[in-house]
Amino acid sequence: MQKLRQHSVIPGFGLTLGYTVSYLSLIVLIPLAALVARGTSLPWADFNAAVFDPRTLAAWRLTFGTAFIAAVIDAVFGVVVAWTLVRYDFPGRRIIDALIDVPFALPTAVSGIALTAIYAQNGWVGRWLEPLGIKAVFSPLGIVIALMFIGLPFIVRTLQPSIEDLDPAAEEAAALLGASRLTTLRKVVLPTLQPALVAGFVTAFARCLGEYGSVIFISGNMPMKTEIASLLIVTKLEQYDYAGASAIALLMLVSSFFLLFTVNFAQWWSTRRQRERV
Amino acid sequence: MAIDARHVSKSFAHYDALKDVSLRVEQGELVALLGPSGSGKTTLLRIIAGLDAPDDNPETAVFVDGEDISRKPVSERRVGFVFQHYALFRHMTVFENIAFGLRVRPRKLRPADSVIRSRVNELLELIQLGRWAAHYPSQLSGGQRQRVALARALAIEPSILLLDEPFGALDARVRQDLRRWLRNLHAKIHITSVLVTHDQEEALEVADRIVIMNQGRIEQIGTPDDVFHHPASEFVVTFLGNVNLFHGRVESGRTVIGEVAVGQRHESSVSDGKSARVFVRPHELEIERQQLNGTSVPSRVVRIQSAGPVVRVELTSDRGEAITVELTHDRYRDLSLRTGEEVFVKVRDARVFVADEIVGDYTI
Amino acid sequence: MAASREYRHTEPRWLRATLTLIAVGFVGLLIVLPVIAVFTEALRKGLSFYVQSITDPLALSALRLTLLTALATLAANLVFAVAASWLIAKFSFPGKSLLLTLIDLPFAVSPVIAGLIFILLFGARGWFGAPLARQGIQIVFATPGIILATIFVTFPFIARELIPLMQQQGTEEEEAAILLGAGAWQTFRRVTLPNIRWALVYGIVLANARAMGEFGAVSVVSGHIRGRTNTLPLHVEILYNEYNFAAAFAVASLLALLAVVTLVAKAALEWRIRVEQRPAEAAQEA
Repeated sequence: MQKLRQHSVIPGFGLTLGYTVSYLSLIVLIPLAALVARGTSLPWADFNAAVFDPRTLAAWRLTFGTAFIAAVIDAVFGVVVAWTLVRYDFPGRRIIDALIDVPFALPTAVSGIALTAIYAQNGWVGRWLEPLGIKAVFSPLGIVIALMFIGLPFIVRTLQPSIEDLDPAAEEAAALLGASRLTTLRKVVLPTLQPALVAGFVTAFARCLGEYGSVIFISGNMPMKTEIASLLIVTKLEQYDYAGASAIALLMLVSSFFLLFTVNFAQWWSTRRQRERV
Repeated sequence: MAIDARHVSKSFAHYDALKDVSLRVEQGELVALLGPSGSGKTTLLRIIAGLDAPDDNPETAVFVDGEDISRKPVSERRVGFVFQHYALFRHMTVFENIAFGLRVRPRKLRPADSVIRSRVNELLELIQLGRWAAHYPSQLSGGQRQRVALARALAIEPSILLLDEPFGALDARVRQDLRRWLRNLHAKIHITSVLVTHDQEEALEVADRIVIMNQGRIEQIGTPDDVFHHPASEFVVTFLGNVNLFHGRVESGRTVIGEVAVGQRHESSVSDGKSARVFVRPHELEIERQQLNGTSVPSRVVRIQSAGPVVRVELTSDRGEAITVELTHDRYRDLSLRTGEEVFVKVRDARVFVADEIVGDYTI
Repeated sequence: MAASREYRHTEPRWLRATLTLIAVGFVGLLIVLPVIAVFTEALRKGLSFYVQSITDPLALSALRLTLLTALATLAANLVFAVAASWLIAKFSFPGKSLLLTLIDLPFAVSPVIAGLIFILLFGARGWFGAPLARQGIQIVFATPGIILATIFVTFPFIARELIPLMQQQGTEEEEAAILLGAGAWQTFRRVTLPNIRWALVYGIVLANARAMGEFGAVSVVSGHIRGRTNTLPLHVEILYNEYNFAAAFAVASLLALLAVVTLVAKAALEWRIRVEQRPAEAAQEA
């Protein structure tokens, strides 16, 4: 014990270390290990067939495509929302600010059926889209809408602290040096916010890749057309194709780990760079 | 009760914080551990408290009142400890903070509620914060918080009191008041105390004895007078107050700066030609209008700063050394110095080191 | 938030108005509208149908299972969170940052996969499934599986609130308590716990919302046995798939209500935590 850590009079090192590691192993590590074991136990040809058959391939394309589009739209509007919430004062600002967390707090099944009701042909929004020839429900567009709902808080909540931390003096200096407000925003403010924006975007994107509950109601789940990867896992499970389900799940897991690792690394790198500059 | 720490070493991953340090603090003494940051003073204090463990060594021991407490659990040592940042329990009132050490005693040893109350009130009286009993630490100023922290430490009637830079986080005015207050308090209760500080003024003013530390070692132990007037090493001279450094050499048993001989012959035999380092405090120099039979250094006045209790005169010697002299205002008026004037600087007292070994401590 | 601060160099008024309008419109359309829709749809067939839908025996049994799951999950994760944050905040040891990463791991696992891994372990052909089945113990397609999957998806919630707070508070108060003679339990209960209580409640509120509302993971492990392994969200799905929309929305409105309560509690706690931290900062300058 002495060698493992620095001496401390505070009690409970052994107890908490033992408990933390055991609980973590039982709940998280061993189950994930089971997935890795099962997913990689397939011969390469079978793994290939499970992960890249035309139906699964279509699901990948749809999942990544819709998640990416949703995250991009969220990023654009997220900047505006976060900026207004931090910088402007208007009636209802605090309420809007609190409501940003609705997608965190509302069960995904509930948001799923609610969005479906709104965007259905006779829904509050759907009826206005119908004459324009836009079909929101049971289409990739519907999936994008559901994912936008899920992704927005990730972007806004990542941006807000960065906007609060902006040094007003930098903007004042730019103004004193003769920059127009628009130039200041473009050349001074946006570059400072860029790391947070990228982090928020990637987190939202990663989260959207795995989203299930809010999507399956609005998507219609037509194979090759509106079937997302998560749903395919469930379908395979219901057919007792555990190996196939594990293969798809493993690929999904690796993608989101990779994305989140990238974000963490980028953040670590940019804080380190900032520290070096100081 | 006396503290006796023997052969204490402590190494961290990248450096040695303490290198075989031994220290004895007598019953009722107030000793200051003084040194720059990284000198090991806080580490030594935390080891005496039991918060850190010394490196394993059979010779290492910490005795309090003759009893080796290194194996005793911290919670049974009855050590009063005051942290630099107070470490008050933020969700407890001032009263409850002070009462904490009594309340957590096992039922059999715990005083009755009324006893706790009167004891805490006594301490509140002692720290002059009776009116603040029901307030929370966050409502107090830094100086008040540190007094609460002290009362909390005293509540358990500790055998020794350890203070880790207790005034370090306070501003100068408050610090001075608290120093005097602590001195008076110690005179009243006479508890064996060790105070860590990097502020020499604080150490000189408060402590009975000062332990000067540097790079994990003790440089000198002595009364404030001792360490200030009879420093044992170059480090101690330069660490305590401003000092002028003259580079000289040893010539026929005497130290010579340029053409000027300093003091008498060395008592110990130092071979000629060795370079000597002569340290002179600004108030130990005298400015003369005339050269008196080769005992003073010709210099030019560069700057005079007369706002303050003494007049600081900065000069450059004919050999290009920067010299600072402190004069009384009376002497300054008598001299009627002007910037740019040529004068003579005479050394009154000096400490001479040859190869970091003191060879002369002169009053001339 | 800091909007009370004055920003003198800001956008022209017309641009501010436009941006505010876009932001409010976007949030309103994307986020507020669905919440309103839930309550509107729930009451579409009148109040008596609404009451009938939420007091239906199957709905009530789903509610019971949801409450049981949430309670078990929170208790388990609460103990873990306290142990883990004590370990991480109060001690320094090698491998700490790896441990922090591993605790966050479940955030990166999508809900369906969170369910799948427990099927792989405890399903009929899983690592532990067959041996346990021989003992007559069923994990998946039963309540234990639902609880396990929920524990997994809410795993980091409470710990995430506690760890940074306890790291920031450091160890001095605990050291002071121990020097004053307090034992381990006394130190934790009298010194540490009061310092973290609001963050603890905050974490519980967030974890509870997720625990009660989890759909994907629970859907995979539940087996959808009505009256036995259906939680509220799963009950919503079944009703919806049976085209019993009004009833589905009625049950959904309970969950939406939970979300509203969660957000109000969250805002109140954030205010509370800010208030508790503010005077300390202000006085430190004095």
